[in-house]
Amino acid sequence: VNLLVPLPVILPLFAAGLNLMLHRRQRTQRVVSTLTLVAVVALAAVLLVEADRSGPQVAWVGAWPEPLGISLVADRLSALMLLVSATVTLAVMVFSIGQGMTSDTRRTPMSIYHPTFLVLVAGVANAFLAGDLFNLFVSFEVLLFASYVLLTLGGTGARIRAGTIYVVVNMLSSMLFLASVAVVYAATGSLNLAQLAQRLGDLPTPVALVIQLMLLVTFAIKAAIFPLSFWLPDSYPTAPTPVTAVFAGLLTKVGVYAILRTQSLLFPDSPLTDLLLWAALATMIVGILGAVAQSDLKRMLSFTLVSHIGYMVFGIGLATVAGFSGAIFYVVHHITIQTSLFLVIGLVERRAGTSSLLRLGGLARLAPLLGLMFFVPAMNLAGIPPMSGFLGKVGLIDAGLEVGTPLAFTLIAGGVLTSLLTLYAVAKAWNLAFWRTPEQAHEMVMSLRDGARDGRGYGAGDGDGWGVPASTGASPGRDQPADDEEETRDLQELLDVGALPSRLPRSMVGSAGALIGLSLGITLAAGPLYAYTERAATDLKDRDVYIGSVLPGGSS
Amino acid sequence: VTANIALVVVAAASVGGGVYLMLERSLTRVLIGVIMLSNGVNTMILVAGGPAGRAPLSKLVDPDEMSDPLPQALILTAIVITLGTTAFMLAMSHRNWQLNGHDDVQDDAEDRIVRRRAEQDVPSDTYDLNQRGEYTPDDEQAVSVPPHRPTPAGGGPGRTKAGTEEDS
Repeated sequence: VNLLVPLPVILPLFAAGLNLMLHRRQRTQRVVSTLTLVAVVALAAVLLVEADRSGPQVAWVGAWPEPLGISLVADRLSALMLLVSATVTLAVMVFSIGQGMTSDTRRTPMSIYHPTFLVLVAGVANAFLAGDLFNLFVSFEVLLFASYVLLTLGGTGARIRAGTIYVVVNMLSSMLFLASVAVVYAATGSLNLAQLAQRLGDLPTPVALVIQLMLLVTFAIKAAIFPLSFWLPDSYPTAPTPVTAVFAGLLTKVGVYAILRTQSLLFPDSPLTDLLLWAALATMIVGILGAVAQSDLKRMLSFTLVSHIGYMVFGIGLATVAGFSGAIFYVVHHITIQTSLFLVIGLVERRAGTSSLLRLGGLARLAPLLGLMFFVPAMNLAGIPPMSGFLGKVGLIDAGLEVGTPLAFTLIAGGVLTSLLTLYAVAKAWNLAFWRTPEQAHEMVMSLRDGARDGRGYGAGDGDGWGVPASTGASPGRDQPADDEEETRDLQELLDVGALPSRLPRSMVGSAGALIGLSLGITLAAGPLYAYTERAATDLKDRDVYIGSVLPGGSS
Repeated sequence: VTANIALVVVAAASVGGGVYLMLERSLTRVLIGVIMLSNGVNTMILVAGGPAGRAPLSKLVDPDEMSDPLPQALILTAIVITLGTTAFMLAMSHRNWQLNGHDDVQDDAEDRIVRRRAEQDVPSDTYDLNQRGEYTPDDEQAVSVPPHRPTPAGGGPGRTKAGTEEDS
């Protein structure tokens, strides 16, 4: 079974290479990608069962003598994260094939979507399995690189603008990570997480604290924890919808996973509870207030994403078994739910031509199934009982009550408030996009336009809009991409001219529906899942499980 | 651990310069900042490896005289990664120049909306979303809205697909 551990990383990488060679045969590409992801899901499931039954699975890569080489470890936490992330990426892959975005060779020299997506999957898997700090750094870089490419796919003005900020912010955090790797190595002479767990305790407290804070800031940037979260709502919404969906589901969660891993394994004696809890509170409240203020569905969801990261940090900050367990459960819930919501928004965009709440209206009548598909995960996100969002929040609140400090109570209050505000945000979106009639939306847009024409609006802009200024035909041979042109008609107008597809591709609806089904399945299987996360959290608390299986000799 | 002071100074200077350059507007300067920063951090890793010794060739050199090979491997990896990033950022800055005629880092969309609102002294658009004509739309894509052009039924040529993202 140990030989299986590296496969979730190796398989997608190989498939990515294969896909690059196959760039002219799109049908084969699709088959290869889908099969690879199915295989990764199966592998992750095997690893999960194995890790649960017989403890962490360790593989040493590179045939060095044991404590020196690169270790990949699949313990209960890693295996669960791996399984969830693989399932979600599979669904997104099917969705994007249905959307047809993968087959566009007109604008890109070759079809790079499939290879890049697979590299992203490999990076995420490697991050979950990494057993040493430098390998973690490398896997962050792998997945970030793939994400840079996916985010700027097509190279339109808006994506380049958002991508610039994204790349620079992530570069900075990578450099910080590398610097902390240097400090860790200078202080301990090792980078293996298990060895570090043994050695960091011997360091003088200030040195250990510096290391801890450096790592924490690094991962907090990746995980978009306030005040390091501002890059996220700006960059995610501009990407193609499936890309946003997979980013929202996975990339921030990798950061959360890294925080959880380092906090529990490396720094058990200094949980920094106060710091983390305050950060969690600020993340929740600031994030959700941002979401309430948005008038575009994608931006609104990006802000709720930031906000709900706060719940996970809350659990990690408590540093109890119940807290960890609640955080892990919440991560699982949130990966599926956030991804499926973004996929549904993709469907809305496809069906109605826009994701702006100002222009949408009447979708509930126009596409009842779509309405249902938005409603269920949205309510789940807000934490309406009996769905998994509710159970996750209850678990965290329980953990908070158990700790019982005033700060924990503040956090509980903040969590409940955030949940209510989430409900407000999604209900507002529901009312505007689905419930009112398209005529109302049309009227409103018209009145806004009148306002704009009166010169009171942004119409008197300084030309820094999203699109390409008409004067820059600087690139020869580039066919003016239609997607630089923002859709300016509202739903009513689009319906009038019949510019909208009346049917959605079955694979798009199917994959989004499958993810929603999965999130409901989490609700049904919440008992066993909670038992599992409880066991995983106990492993995290009792570090000897991890250390003992990586370093069986107990060498220091 | 004995540390080489010269290397420490070099690392500090590169990191400092790198951070300074990263705060610039122009993407090219940011890029140079990233390169300097990564060089500084790589030097830091070298310092972390302890004093220099002979080349770490096993069986040819006595292990006690070797310099630590691991930091060098780490640096090598980091250099490769930085190379990739540099190439990508260069491409991005070129594309930015193609599109906009400059390669300045542009402001956050939210930032621009807020600033414009402040200049024009209008309330936030969520203040009351349903109040007719009381204020102006939410973001710039709604703004550059041309006046309503009635299109003959059946739709004009092109523009059949409405979405902005699907076909990229």
